[in-house]
Amino acid sequence: MNKLEEKYKIEIKHVLSKYPNEHKRSAVMPLLYLAQRDGGFVTEEAMEDIAEILELSTTEVASIVGFYTLFHAHSAGKYRIQICNDLSCALRGADSFLEELCKELGIKPGETTPDGLVTIEPVMCLAACHRAPVFQVQTGEGLLYYENQTVESALELIESWREKEKKGSEETV
Amino acid sequence: MNEYILLRHRTIPNIKDLKEYQAIGGFEAFKKSVTSMTPSEVTDIVKASGLRGRGGAGFPTGLKWSFMDNKNWPHYVIANADESEPGTFKDREIMENNPFQFLEGVAISSFAVGANAAYIYLRGEFWQIAHFLDDKIAELEQMGILGDKLFGTDYSLHIYTHLGAGAYICGEETALLESLEGKRGQPRLRPPFPPSYGLYGKPTVVNNVETLTNVPMILEHGANWYKSIGTEDSAGVKIFSLSGRVKKPGNYELPFGTTFRELIFEHGGGIIDDRAIKAIMPAGASSSLIVADDKALDTPMDYASVRTLGADLGSASVIVIDDSVSIDWVINKTIHFFKHESCGKCTPCREGNYWMQHLIERIHAGVGEQHEVELLYNVAKNIQGKCFCALGEFSTMAVTTGIERFPQDFEDKAKSSIDG
Repeated sequence: MNKLEEKYKIEIKHVLSKYPNEHKRSAVMPLLYLAQRDGGFVTEEAMEDIAEILELSTTEVASIVGFYTLFHAHSAGKYRIQICNDLSCALRGADSFLEELCKELGIKPGETTPDGLVTIEPVMCLAACHRAPVFQVQTGEGLLYYENQTVESALELIESWREKEKKGSEETV
Repeated sequence: MNEYILLRHRTIPNIKDLKEYQAIGGFEAFKKSVTSMTPSEVTDIVKASGLRGRGGAGFPTGLKWSFMDNKNWPHYVIANADESEPGTFKDREIMENNPFQFLEGVAISSFAVGANAAYIYLRGEFWQIAHFLDDKIAELEQMGILGDKLFGTDYSLHIYTHLGAGAYICGEETALLESLEGKRGQPRLRPPFPPSYGLYGKPTVVNNVETLTNVPMILEHGANWYKSIGTEDSAGVKIFSLSGRVKKPGNYELPFGTTFRELIFEHGGGIIDDRAIKAIMPAGASSSLIVADDKALDTPMDYASVRTLGADLGSASVIVIDDSVSIDWVINKTIHFFKHESCGKCTPCREGNYWMQHLIERIHAGVGEQHEVELLYNVAKNIQGKCFCALGEFSTMAVTTGIERFPQDFEDKAKSSIDG
C-alpha cells in the first residue's frame, strides 16, 4: 500500500466505487483532487502513487495534471484567488478590480504575497457573469465562490485569513 | 411569466427540500415512468414535446434518445454540467436551487434509454454544487427513489457526480467522455456519435442540465402543453443568461420567441447609465456579433429567427455591449479565452488562435496597421471549416463578424498607429 492509499483509504475506496472495475482510470481526476488536499499541489510522489493505484504510467497522470488548470504541479500561496476577467465580467469592471487588488497587495497577477498566503491569478469564465466582480478561492480543501466583490471586501477577506493563520500558528506553538 | 417551469425555486422557496418537492408532485413522473410505461413511450412523449437540447446545439432531445444502439449494452446517461461558456450561468442556478427536478430529469432520461448508471459531469469550479448534489442523491437512495429495484420493479439506477478540473473544452460532449474516462479532454472524431459509441465505448446520451430539468414537467403535463409554449420551431421556455452592460443582469426564464428588446430593456432594465446599445452576443463568447439596431432588437429569440441575423442562439447567453466599448476590445477578450481553452489537438485551432492573439494584441494596443486587421480576418476565415470540433469554429465567430459589421472600430485603431 503506497502513501496516498494509506492516507486516504476510505476516500479512495469510495471514489473507485463510482466507476466500473475495468475502467478505474476514470478515478484519476478525483484522486488528483485528494492528492492536492494537503499542500495545494500534486507532488511527483503522489503522481506515482496514483499511477500505481490506477495501473497507469506516471507520465499519463502528469499529462492530466498539465492539461487541467485546477491541478497544480507547483506550490503557490495557501489561498489561490482566481479572478474572472473574461468578457462579461470585464464589461462590469473586473480588469480594474484585478489590477487594484494586486496593487493593494503589492504583487502582479500570477504572483504570491511575500508571506506565502495569497496568490492572485486571472481565470477564465466562472459562470457568475451577473455577479461580477467575482473570484474563486482554491485551497487544498476545495473551492469557494465570492461574488459581487469590491477591493475592500476582498482585502477584508484576506485579512480574516491572516488572522486565522496567526491564531492557528499560536495554537500549535 | 406567472409560472416557472425550470426556475421554480423563485416561487417555491423550499423546493430544494425533498419533502416539499414531493408535496408538489415531485418524482411522480419518474415513478409513473418506471412502474407503468415502457422506455419508448417516455421517449415518444419527449420527442412529441419538441424539446431541443439547451446546451447550444438545439438538437431534438427525444430523437437523440431514440438513437441509442439497443444491440450494445450497458447504456449510460451523462448530464453535462460543465457550464463554462463566458456569459452562461443558468445550470448553476438550477442545480443550486431546484436540484431534485434536475435529478428527476436525469432519472427519467436514464429509464428512457435503459441506463442503470448516470454521471453528472460538473466543471471543477462547481465543487460546492457537487457536494450538495451528492447529499441530495444520498437522500434519494435512502428514500428508495434511486438505487436497486426501484418501486418494486427490476429497474435500478445509480447517479454519480464527477468533477472536471477547469477545461472549457470538456463541455464538448466527446471531450467530456474522454475526460470522464480519465484522459485529457480532447474531442473524438464524430461519427460515431455517443448514442452508438460513448462512455467506455458504450451507447451514451449526453444532455445539458437545463434540457433534463424540463423533462419531469413534460411528463407531468404532456407534450401538447409544452409544445403550446414558445414558437413552432423552438418549443417551450429557455433560461436566458443576461450579462454585460445592462442594469439588471441575471437569469430570465422566458418563452422562446421573446424579443431581444423585451429581454434587455424590460427584464434587464436597459443599458447602464442609459447609454446606447451597440452590439449583442446571443450565445456567449462563441457568438457572432449582432449590430443592435431596431431590426435586431425586435427579432424573436428562437433558433430560426436568430439565424436570420447571421448568428446563432446557442445557449442563449446574451452579452450586451454598449457604445462605450470598442469591438477590438471585445474580440481581444474572446480570442484570449479561446487561445487559453484550445485543447491543442488540431492545428487550425491551436495555431490559429495563437496567431489571432498576436494580431489582436497589436491592433488593440494601437500599434497594428490596417493590413494586420485584414490578416487577422484572413486567419480567422482560414480556421473556419477546418477544425476538429466546434470550439475552433466558435473562436472565429466574433472575429469575422466583428470586423465585418463594425469596421470603423478597427479602422480607428489602425489609423492611430499611422498618425502616431
